[in-house]
Amino acid sequence: MAAKHKVTYIEDDGTAHTVEVAEGWSLMEGAVKHLVPGIDADCGGACACATCQVYVAPEWQAKLPRMNDMEETMLDFAPERRPDSRLSCQLRMTAALDGIVLRLPKSQH
Amino acid sequence: MSEHIVIIGAGQAGAQAVQSLRAEGFDGPITMVGDEAYPPYQRPPLSKAYLLGAFERPRLFLKADSYYAEAGCDLILNTNAKAIHRAERHVELHDGRKLAYDKLLLTTGARVRKLKCPGADLPGVHYLKTIADVDALQADFTAGKRIAIVGGGYIGLEVAAVAAKRGLAVTVFEAMDRLMARAVSPQLSAFYALEHEKAGVTLKLRTGVEAFEGDGKVERIVAGGQAYPCDLVLVGIGVTPCDELAVQAGLASEDGIVVDQNARTGDPYIWSAGDCTRHVGREGHSIRLECVQNAIDQAKHAALAMMGRPRTYAEVPWFWSDQYDLKLQIAGLARPTDTLVQRGDPAARKFAVFHLRDGAVAAVEAVNAAPEYMIGKKLVAEGKQVDAAKLADLSIAMKTLA
Repeated sequence: MAAKHKVTYIEDDGTAHTVEVAEGWSLMEGAVKHLVPGIDADCGGACACATCQVYVAPEWQAKLPRMNDMEETMLDFAPERRPDSRLSCQLRMTAALDGIVLRLPKSQH
Repeated sequence: MSEHIVIIGAGQAGAQAVQSLRAEGFDGPITMVGDEAYPPYQRPPLSKAYLLGAFERPRLFLKADSYYAEAGCDLILNTNAKAIHRAERHVELHDGRKLAYDKLLLTTGARVRKLKCPGADLPGVHYLKTIADVDALQADFTAGKRIAIVGGGYIGLEVAAVAAKRGLAVTVFEAMDRLMARAVSPQLSAFYALEHEKAGVTLKLRTGVEAFEGDGKVERIVAGGQAYPCDLVLVGIGVTPCDELAVQAGLASEDGIVVDQNARTGDPYIWSAGDCTRHVGREGHSIRLECVQNAIDQAKHAALAMMGRPRTYAEVPWFWSDQYDLKLQIAGLARPTDTLVQRGDPAARKFAVFHLRDGAVAAVEAVNAAPEYMIGKKLVAEGKQVDAAKLADLSIAMKTLA
């Protein structure tokens, strides 16, 4: 059983959800499987729909893998894109991310 | 007293309906019946990362195990519905149970089309639709084995890509003269043929399968009059809608349970969503869609309609396929008569083909080209006139064409 680490998702209205996500799983899966509203992830993590956008606080940004071209361009066309946006399907849980805080946009569509 | 909603079929559409009903405020009891051993899971990874071994089984499930109980949804698995008694408004299950419903949603999905040629029942001839199918396939899916793939569509080619990566010797047999002929433009077919050949896959186009032979197990595939030795076979020749429950209950089906733009059948208490349905699409034609997008969007509409808040379903269909490191993304429905505009060079392994109809983008096919896909999808939805020369010009950013 892979180790699990805490992730806090904060909805647009301020509601916070702290859940445990297994190492290797994506931060999108952590939200969807724990019913955190605000992440749709229609494609299930294939980087095909841009409906799992999250905003990542600066202190956590440096701990994330760099964006590849596909994520970058998909995000370009996501609603409410910001400089701190990432697609959560592309972010894998690691020990270094224990405690990460992700804010969710108002809408993914 | 709150109403009881019964959902027959525990796949992507069924799970979405449960989620949408709860998100939209439905507070009555929900019962969902599925004929597989598993709660709703994602099928797209089955022929991709899951088959490759890069995606563990628990990750396939759409919700956490505890979700259905928490959502007040009674999940009945390993059980099929036997009959719908419309006058009494109850569903009879194969295990004898009777489920009374106030509203019924059919999300029964589709099943694989099976080959009927001689030898088609031999052990070693596989299909791919369920977790159980992949598990059965895995036993022989090892380096050095020779796999014959029947059907050069999405499933066949995704499996071909995984098999090539895993070191199997792969031959694809396709009856048509090009790959994915029903789904993509000739440009895409040619590009993917080249990519598969580069990966060592042998393609046999215009080659229909006539028989399988073997002693207690498939050992040869006979196609185009010739026998080819093989260790295992994967057949991917499409699916047919699971509509018999609806048909037996007297509901209309025309190769798909007929529903209106609110996902309702001819019975005011019965809705249907996903692969099992046929509906009049946004372009005014009767269509049956086999995709995640339709499962999700139609289920959302069904949920709203069941709650008395119908909204017209007119979303742009979208699809994707992962083969090797190529992400194919498609939005809209192409027709053979569309004018094709290519943007980018296939040799760069990053390009798109736009399908223009009456001066507007009707569909876009994008390979490793997210901007073309995202903007193309927007253009399809809006239906506005576009300049074909600009679409083809890589020096003009896609964003400026939105």
